[in-house]
Amino acid sequence: MSRSVIQASNMEQLLEGIWEQNPLFVMALGMCPALAVTVSAFNALGMGLATTFVLICSCTLISMLRHFIPKEVRIATYIVIIATFVTLVDYIIQAVSLALYEALGAFIQLIVVNCIILGRVESHAAKNPPLSALVNALGMGIGFTIGLFALGSVREILGAGKLFGISLFGEHFQPWVVMVLPPGGFFVLGLWLLFFAWLAKRKEQRPLIHAGDEAIMALRATTEKGARHGA
Amino acid sequence: MQLRASPHLHSGRDVPTIMRHVVYALLPICGFSVWQYGLSSLALIVTVTLSCLFAERVSNKLSGTVNTLSDWSATITGVLLALTLPPAFPLWMGAVAGLTAVWLGKSLFGGLGHNPFNPALVGRAFVQAAFPTAITTWAPAFTAHRFTEFIPSSLTLPLMQPNDISSWVASNMVDGFTGATPLARWKFEHFVYPVQDMITGAASASTGETSALLLVVCGLYLIARKFMDWRIPVAVVGSALLLALAFRLFGGDEYPPAHLVLLSGGLMLGALFMATDMATSPVSPRAIWAYGAIIGTVTIMIRYFGGLTEGVMYAILFGNALAPLLDKYLQPKVFGARK
Repeated sequence: MSRSVIQASNMEQLLEGIWEQNPLFVMALGMCPALAVTVSAFNALGMGLATTFVLICSCTLISMLRHFIPKEVRIATYIVIIATFVTLVDYIIQAVSLALYEALGAFIQLIVVNCIILGRVESHAAKNPPLSALVNALGMGIGFTIGLFALGSVREILGAGKLFGISLFGEHFQPWVVMVLPPGGFFVLGLWLLFFAWLAKRKEQRPLIHAGDEAIMALRATTEKGARHGA
Repeated sequence: MQLRASPHLHSGRDVPTIMRHVVYALLPICGFSVWQYGLSSLALIVTVTLSCLFAERVSNKLSGTVNTLSDWSATITGVLLALTLPPAFPLWMGAVAGLTAVWLGKSLFGGLGHNPFNPALVGRAFVQAAFPTAITTWAPAFTAHRFTEFIPSSLTLPLMQPNDISSWVASNMVDGFTGATPLARWKFEHFVYPVQDMITGAASASTGETSALLLVVCGLYLIARKFMDWRIPVAVVGSALLLALAFRLFGGDEYPPAHLVLLSGGLMLGALFMATDMATSPVSPRAIWAYGAIIGTVTIMIRYFGGLTEGVMYAILFGNALAPLLDKYLQPKVFGARK
């Protein structure tokens, strides 16, 4: 396999995590942090980056160790590795931004049980070489971060009239209280899911239409040929 | 030859006819509210209805279905929704409520007949959760200049906080206006509102719920023309009345008198025009009685023991959620069948 082919497949893998297999909007994984910490764009971004870091580190490490981990105790081993990186992130966030740490609360520690990470490790990193695992994890992490940011920005704009704490509509803005509450999280998530489902459906229908055209052309060609033969 | 499933007898009535008559029945209520609150009420009803029609049309375009504006259902949703909002409600919030009602309450489920919840109440529940202050800000009725000027908060700029109406209230009122509904005044002060105020529309309330008497008359028209099932309002109001009487009898003065329960708030509006929504209520008689009784009971429970002063909206939404279940378990016995 030539070098360029490998790079292309890596690029495809990266884009797959961001778009076609977006963990939040397509696979609907990691719903718990998606609903709980996306009250503001800043929190959402912080959560997304923290998860991405854990995802990349654990996937790469587990991929390196994949031949040494016994199958029977693999889940326990994965959890220990993931928990190590989560502890690291926990301390880093505490040191860098105490405000973010307090806003995210227990959800930083809960990254350990985030099903995106365990899912990636089990389905990809444990079967593939480190570079592929890293690219895959990076794509998924970026996809998750974009998803959280999409939720968080809408909720912050409507719920507080701000984006990243910067006021957008002046001081007389009427906050939509529901957007900060859990129901708002469900509403916005539902709308994004709807949007992505709609996009996917449109994309699906387009080649179908083309295929239909081609089939008709082919049919027409054969019948014409048949008619000519008959004559 | 054409084969068709039963029923084969057709009354000649279709959805647009029924819906149109419901609009007729709502017109006197709208008229009364405009007479009470003037321009603001009129503008609110028009805005909310137009936003519902707009939402319906956009959904039609997006889903590629036929134009469903002419079945009047979006109009009813709009008018009913406007009648449940307070008269001083900012118009832009009314538009948000209308769009939410049709999109979230109806279109996303597949349009009329597929919606599990009453769309108007979905819209109201959304704005109640989004703008809790604005939806409990009441304005006095029968102000002197109501036909020439708006209540200041109606004309709030979109996305902005409602304009303060306290100075407007002060300049318009002879005696003190408390701004609390009869239910709220009972809950927090144990004050029994005079009955004539609650019938003539002088008590603060949502746009369309001020006169229980007028609501009943309009509802009776629909019942007489057989456009709605009389069992639903009877079951809702009956169960609420029975419970209220029982609480008053055994609980004493701690609980409000029965007439306050019946005349104040949205009980009549909800029982007659919202619980009876054909798409969201059960169809078999026993299920209908159970459905009405559940709505009445939950209303009383929320009013007496809940944090909110008014519970009709959540009670009906709760009833809507149970409707398919009730239909399933309270099916009428098939003729000739044995258990």
